[in-house]
Amino acid sequence: MKTILTGFATLSFGVMLAVGLVGGALAQEEHSEAEPAHFPIIKPHQEDWSFAGPFGTYDKGQLQRGLKVFKEVCSSCHSMNLVAFRSFEELGYSEDQVKALAAEYEVQDGPNADGEMFTRKAIPTDYFPPPFPNDEAAAASNGGAVPPDFSLIAKARAVERGFPTFIFDLFTQYAEAGPDYIHALLTGYDHTPPEGMQVPAGTYYNPYFIAGKSLAMPKPISDDQVTYDDGAPQTVDQYSRDVSAFLMWAAEPHLEARKRTGFRVMIFLILFAGLVYAVKRRVWENVPH
Amino acid sequence: MSGGHSTYTPSTGIEKWIDARLPLPRLVYDSFIAYPVPRNLNYAYTFGGILAIMLVSQILTGVVLAMHYAANTGIAFNSVEKIMRDVNFGWLLRYMHANGASMFFVAVYLHIFRGLYYGSYKAPRELLWILGVIIYLLMMATAFMGYVLPWGQMSFWGATVITGFFTAFPIIGDPIQQLLLGGFAVDNPTLNRFFSLHYLLPFMIAGVVVLHVWALHVTGQTNPTGIEVKSKTDTLPFTPYATVKDAFGMVLFFIVFAYFIFYMPNYLGHPDNYIPADSLKTPAHIVPEWYFLPFYAMLRAITFNVGPIDSKLGGVLVMFGSIAVLFLVPWLDTSKVRSAVYRPWYKVFFWLFAANAIFLGWLGSRPAEGSYVHMAQFATLYYYAFFLVIMPVLGLIETPKRLPNSITEAVLAKSKKGGAVPASATAAPETKG
Ligand code: HEC
Ligand code: HEM
Repeated sequence: MKTILTGFATLSFGVMLAVGLVGGALAQEEHSEAEPAHFPIIKPHQEDWSFAGPFGTYDKGQLQRGLKVFKEVCSSCHSMNLVAFRSFEELGYSEDQVKALAAEYEVQDGPNADGEMFTRKAIPTDYFPPPFPNDEAAAASNGGAVPPDFSLIAKARAVERGFPTFIFDLFTQYAEAGPDYIHALLTGYDHTPPEGMQVPAGTYYNPYFIAGKSLAMPKPISDDQVTYDDGAPQTVDQYSRDVSAFLMWAAEPHLEARKRTGFRVMIFLILFAGLVYAVKRRVWENVPH
Repeated sequence: MSGGHSTYTPSTGIEKWIDARLPLPRLVYDSFIAYPVPRNLNYAYTFGGILAIMLVSQILTGVVLAMHYAANTGIAFNSVEKIMRDVNFGWLLRYMHANGASMFFVAVYLHIFRGLYYGSYKAPRELLWILGVIIYLLMMATAFMGYVLPWGQMSFWGATVITGFFTAFPIIGDPIQQLLLGGFAVDNPTLNRFFSLHYLLPFMIAGVVVLHVWALHVTGQTNPTGIEVKSKTDTLPFTPYATVKDAFGMVLFFIVFAYFIFYMPNYLGHPDNYIPADSLKTPAHIVPEWYFLPFYAMLRAITFNVGPIDSKLGGVLVMFGSIAVLFLVPWLDTSKVRSAVYRPWYKVFFWLFAANAIFLGWLGSRPAEGSYVHMAQFATLYYYAFFLVIMPVLGLIETPKRLPNSITEAVLAKSKKGGAVPASATAAPETKG
């Protein structure tokens, strides 16, 4: 056992060293400011989120503000097809409030007895209606790029953390790469492109964009664009924070239950491990092995 | 399972009645209660039991997932999301299954490395080892097809890349690929047959596991000294000794498993798989699941043609060969001594091999460009050299350390060094078991 442990220690040390050296060497390799080869140009900053860590929970006030930003700004371009109105009750709204919220939207239904399709007011079991009837229409209105669906966007984007950070992340339970990225992207429009950089027409420079130097989405939100009624600051930074938290909730609605259950399971397993270990000690007592 | 002699004595009338007709209780008694195990097994030997329980876990969660899953390209992605959002504890089932696959591979890799360290593949355990490699191959096929089911971007493009390997083979390549895909590209027929096979293969694994355990119970386990069991004092009855030690190992393993499920459920996955499959949008980097990365690195390391073999076929051959070589290990190792504990040089090369395998995994996650390619070529060379050069040659030239005469002697020498335990205690277990 001891040899295995020392072996393992040398092993991990060796690998760390090798990877570190190599990674360092590669970081030195060519990169030009005007034509960068790796994206994002700037890595997102790590923000504080209420839902981070083993005891994380969503801040309902923040989610409600995020929903407001989504409804009033983003939803004119981005769909959220997998989220039903009924699930907004989890943001702290009452059944009636959800009904009223759904009724603000129209959905297509049918066919009726005469074989006609018709539109009606949405009810809580309906899903959030998309802004465009299909991807072609979405692309046509957005300079050829389809605004991605928002149901899972907070889990579908993560900027690579690199070595050795990705190993530390395992222990710090860093799982907020998605919201960090969205926040960085939304607040990242005010940089000026470096000299000599060609930004294609119809796209907007954003050094935080994961897939290139610019994207087809113009800066979507500015200060004071959405009115908050709970006194939270009406700044781009705050809007971005709130909508990112909201998108995390949309992508992972059972996060709180997951972490709560996890805590109980961990306590149980650790106590159980202690018991089994005590039995094992007892059984193997006086038995050289 | 038959080791020859059975010590089972049915005590009640019912047990006698059953034993005379179908000796199932006898089988269980002989395999999991009286079965003698070497007394010096360490925790590296608990991964077999852990693998068995992970297979059960995958089958149980998988069967329930299959009740809600729909294998159709139009709705597969959303059906998985429906499981995540609307099915009671669906998120738990899905995260258990997805992370369970990873933990299954963690366990199998530790199990295989245990075998390589203690020389578990050497005579008379060649078939036991080969059955293990077959299980590993089936696991890879199962996990690959399972990863296609949620029909995300990596599902689709991973399937495209991996089935594309087969086209490297002349003449038979294209027909094989079309058979796998059920057409000319990854599409609905592919998803359907992958689902069918993904459901089937785990039960084939279970079948091979039965053979694996059968073979194990014929030859008995190895142990850290590598010396065969010679007398009764070398062993202990499976229950309670191995049972409780395995149980402790399992609970520790479950703690790690639970940590991933509840706190880092997407850490081992790829974010692109939360984007629905799109045959028109190729992801920037197509990477397989982490447990395939070392092989992926070896595949892409071959960037040059060798005679009539172009780089594509070369890469595929090197990748398949890296697993095929495992089948030959029992005959490649020429050492008379089984365990690395008594092989000072083998030990060094073994740990280098382990480090090299992890390094290959990291390279597999990098783009195949620049210095990464050279490093991958070097690491691939060491991977093969370990099996094809070091194993045969080292066995002939290495001077092993002096072996103890028996397991009991080794154990007593160790406990004397540690002090405390009286020698007479060796007799105790027989009365306890
Ligand atoms: C005018 C339409 C429009 C509005 C309003 C809009 N977006 Fe976008 N968004 C787009 C388009 C188009 C893209 C695709 C960009 C591309 O791929 O080049 C996009 C892409 C994105 C992406 C994905 C970037 C990536 O990594 O691929 C995020 C995140 C995003 N938008 C967030 C938001 C948020 C949050 C809001 C509301 C505050 C918002 N958008 C409002 C049009 C819009
Ligand atoms: C050897 C055991 C098994 C392994 C290693 C395995 C592996 C996997 C993997 C890696 C995935 C993709 C998970 C994801 O990323 O979402 C998956 C999905 C799936 N598996 Fe399995 N599986 C096993 C057994 C089974 C069995 C026995 C069944 C059914 C009876 C099953 C049913 C499913 C279903 C329905 C999915 C799609 C849902 C999902 O993606 O979560 N699996 N499997």
